[in-house]
Amino acid sequence: MNIEQLDFYTQAILSMAALVGLTSFLMLGQGRLLRLIFVFAMQGFLLTLTTALAAYSLNNHHLYISAVLTLVLKVVFIPWMLRRQVIQMNMHRDIEALKNNTAVMLGGASLMVFSYYVLHPIVQSSSVVMLNALAVSLSVMLLGMLLMISHRQAIAHVVGFMSIENGLFFAAIVATNGMPMVVELGVAFDVLVAAVLFGIFFLHIRTSIDSLDVDLLNKLHEVDK
Amino acid sequence: MGDQLMNWLIAVLQTTLFVVLAPLLAGWLKWCKCHLQNRKAPSLFQPYRDLLKLTNKQPVVAEQASWIFMIAPYIIFSATVLAATVVPLIAVNLPTSASADVIVMVGFFAFARFFLALAGLDIGTAFGGMGSSREMTISSLAEPAMLMAIFTLTMTASTTNLSFAIAHVLNEGLVLRPSFVFALAALVLVAIAETGRIPVDNPATHLELTMIHEAMILEYSGRHLALIEWASQLKLMLYGVLIANIFLPWGIAETFGVQALGYGLLAIMGKLALLAIFLAIAETLVAKMRLFRVQEYLSFAYLLGLLGMLSHIILEASR
Amino acid sequence: MIAAYLVLLIPLVGIVYFALAGHKTDTGKLNVWFNGICLLATIWLAINVLNQGTIISSGKAFLIDPFNVYLIVLTAFVGFTTSIFSSPYMEHEKEIGKLSDKRLKLYYSMFQGFMLAMYLVLTSNNMGIMWVAMEGATLATVLLVSLYRTPESIEAAWKYFILCGVGIAQALFGTILLYYAAVQIGDGENALLWSVLYENADKLNPEILEIAFVFLLIGYGTKIGLVPLHNWLPDAHSEGPTPMSAVLSGLLLNDALYAVVRNKMLVDGATQSNMAGYLMMGFGLLSFLVAAVLLHRQKDIKRLFSYSSIEHMGLMTFAFGIGGPLATFAALLHMTVHSLTKSAIFVTVGHAAQLAGTQRMDQIRGLIKTQPKIGWGLLIGTISIAGFPPFGVFTSEFLVLLATMHSYPWLAPLLLLGIGIAFAGLFRHIQPMVYGDKPEAQKPIKANLWPVTIHLALVLWLGLAIPGFLAHWFSQATLLISGSTPL
Repeated sequence: MNIEQLDFYTQAILSMAALVGLTSFLMLGQGRLLRLIFVFAMQGFLLTLTTALAAYSLNNHHLYISAVLTLVLKVVFIPWMLRRQVIQMNMHRDIEALKNNTAVMLGGASLMVFSYYVLHPIVQSSSVVMLNALAVSLSVMLLGMLLMISHRQAIAHVVGFMSIENGLFFAAIVATNGMPMVVELGVAFDVLVAAVLFGIFFLHIRTSIDSLDVDLLNKLHEVDK
Repeated sequence: MGDQLMNWLIAVLQTTLFVVLAPLLAGWLKWCKCHLQNRKAPSLFQPYRDLLKLTNKQPVVAEQASWIFMIAPYIIFSATVLAATVVPLIAVNLPTSASADVIVMVGFFAFARFFLALAGLDIGTAFGGMGSSREMTISSLAEPAMLMAIFTLTMTASTTNLSFAIAHVLNEGLVLRPSFVFALAALVLVAIAETGRIPVDNPATHLELTMIHEAMILEYSGRHLALIEWASQLKLMLYGVLIANIFLPWGIAETFGVQALGYGLLAIMGKLALLAIFLAIAETLVAKMRLFRVQEYLSFAYLLGLLGMLSHIILEASR
Repeated sequence: MIAAYLVLLIPLVGIVYFALAGHKTDTGKLNVWFNGICLLATIWLAINVLNQGTIISSGKAFLIDPFNVYLIVLTAFVGFTTSIFSSPYMEHEKEIGKLSDKRLKLYYSMFQGFMLAMYLVLTSNNMGIMWVAMEGATLATVLLVSLYRTPESIEAAWKYFILCGVGIAQALFGTILLYYAAVQIGDGENALLWSVLYENADKLNPEILEIAFVFLLIGYGTKIGLVPLHNWLPDAHSEGPTPMSAVLSGLLLNDALYAVVRNKMLVDGATQSNMAGYLMMGFGLLSFLVAAVLLHRQKDIKRLFSYSSIEHMGLMTFAFGIGGPLATFAALLHMTVHSLTKSAIFVTVGHAAQLAGTQRMDQIRGLIKTQPKIGWGLLIGTISIAGFPPFGVFTSEFLVLLATMHSYPWLAPLLLLGIGIAFAGLFRHIQPMVYGDKPEAQKPIKANLWPVTIHLALVLWLGLAIPGFLAHWFSQATLLISGSTPL
């Protein structure tokens, strides 16, 4: 099945998948916190668009609610909160020197290949499009983890954490046209609470180690010294 | 036989249009930029006047200059004009564009660049050599990215011939392809680098130590300079047409009636005018980056091209 | 069904009430009352289930069957006894100035929040809500881990938050895949309900479910503390207040395992193979052995027992992985006795640490000479958790071993080895703490050891003879999970 034989909705979804994947890569290579947060907001916006598109073309009203929820939470609230934190803590001029940036990028690419490999059995029971959507969302999740590994700032960790959530959300929207409403609301609630808790945590970490560099959180060991 | 002749005539006309319109595009770009930056704009036709004035002046050539320095402007200009014959401007399926494909076009660019770099080295000044070395560095990084982006297109259309590829995109109707989004982004980045625009190079200054293109042609004057300037305007237009016609081919003439050709001309002028506005906005907003960051910029373009290719294979392939 | 709603409603009221009035002097006692009423409600619920069989609420949102009702009662029981312990413990912490009023409010409110999340995980019929509640449990406890605001506790809480958050995201991906498989065969609204999925398990696409289970196991496995995803567990246990360690170890880990087993039941139905079981056996055995070895290298008493928790959770995962009726029965029994013993141990450890003023094992000495109750409690608890007869842990470990001999005899030596290493690891640390010379300034403290006595007595009882109704209960649950009864 070639792409020109698919309907417009599917083409649009595939393009969105590609763009969402791209934003993940952009975040991976980003050393400036404000830009990182901006790209994260872009990813959230792409998700909102995808959700709205799905809602429109499937005529599914509860997806509109999810779209609004995503917009408010992932495009406005969380980026706003993180941005405020960065500016308050006077870190917006810092550039984090990323170690082994090239290796991390290559690692990201191989994670993408890996997610295709993992999900390949699915193709027997469903369309190529579903495989793509699921694989992209899995790779967004894995790239989010890689982001957390490669960055040292706590704020970057939170962005990675939230982008993992974005990947999950993309899978839920595209593969299954949204989970049941009650579950979606629950997940959104969890994300909101997590975001607020992260805000509190920044304060605590800041007061305890006078920095947000999580490499300095190194007092506890697997085996006591 | 008459048809054949007619087609060749149109092909020659198209190439002439390219050559003639290129300074106008440069003028329009400058005009837009001046207005965006609250400056008083020169006339749209100022580039023509500049070229005319330069042509009338007697060229001054350095004593050490060899024959390479003398012939380089002619070679550069003609190679660029030949490249222009390959790219469909107002109509597809022309005999010139059918005889050569996109790789030939890249080859012409490389040829012109080779002589430009030689000419820069020829005089033996510090600036010339520096400019040549930088130009070659950038182009060696930009060319793979460009080819990667173009291959994405050619794989979709199953041909490396630009004319056929554009016709293919045209006949397919509106299809959203993730790979094209990436290829477009990659090609735009490469075009900016290759035509020496901000943020890679600044065409408006001779003063910065970071200049690239201007450093190579510092020693040129008179008609030699005119030819090189013209060639670089032509190159800018070529990239513009490439981007406009590959990704938004609508309006281009598929038959050779007067009406179709007229529409084709109007369409491409409109598209180029729009592109130039975008470019002007971008150049106004973005600052020039450090020379050592250019490789990051170009490797990002390459990454985009690669992603375009991958998403063509993975997301769009038939199975 | 009213009982089930009551079980969920009481902690909800508790969250709000304690958030407003948690700093008053008698809050600790009130917390005991809240948990006590909840325990009564769960017993009422259990009697209902025993009489009527499985109950599904009208909107199909909640499902109570023999498997989860027993865990609900266990949860309520451990919650109740821990609250009895926490009341004087928290007063002591307040007296020595470690905690302010605001933090006490937070503590009591989130204690109830955690209980609510636990009940929701257990009662929910919807796999999505189960995930939401599981994440909710993390969110509720994360601020409790950092309650003391020391750099170490903040580090532990951050690790706990990030690792569990990322881990559990995998479980959500697994749940989405499960839903994706389910919408292909049925309507969307009911496609996440466990009862519906279980009926149609054989129609679900096996390839998708296999992939889904891998993600679910990784996700919930992080919460169980399976190696190599266990790093958060010792940190969170050692840095938080002790009552929190007791409920985390006794309840959270169980409930995460419960979620895995629920999913395994679906996957087994779809794939008709033992793929899920093999995965669980592998991870379980690895955790069991690694944790047993790591026991030897600990210096902090709470970390020591957290590794012991990892070890036992590994054993349970392994037993559920084997999957036969005998192994399942053993795993259920082990879940119970481990919860009871481990929360009892953490309570004693909490007192011991308050007594010595530190959690470092080389500075805790002479417990029996200073305060015999605490010393004996710790000693008996450790004997019990190490698997000595006549305690219940011995019975369940023996049954696991028997099931292993039966199905995979070549794995039995590894299990024996692990048990031996763990035993040595525990006793080399415990012996000098319990006996040893008493430091000069060490004075007895106010301690409430009733919870410990009750828990250990129950474990002893389970080791000597399992009462009839409980055996019946276990075998019903075993029937549900493994398809046949062991007795």
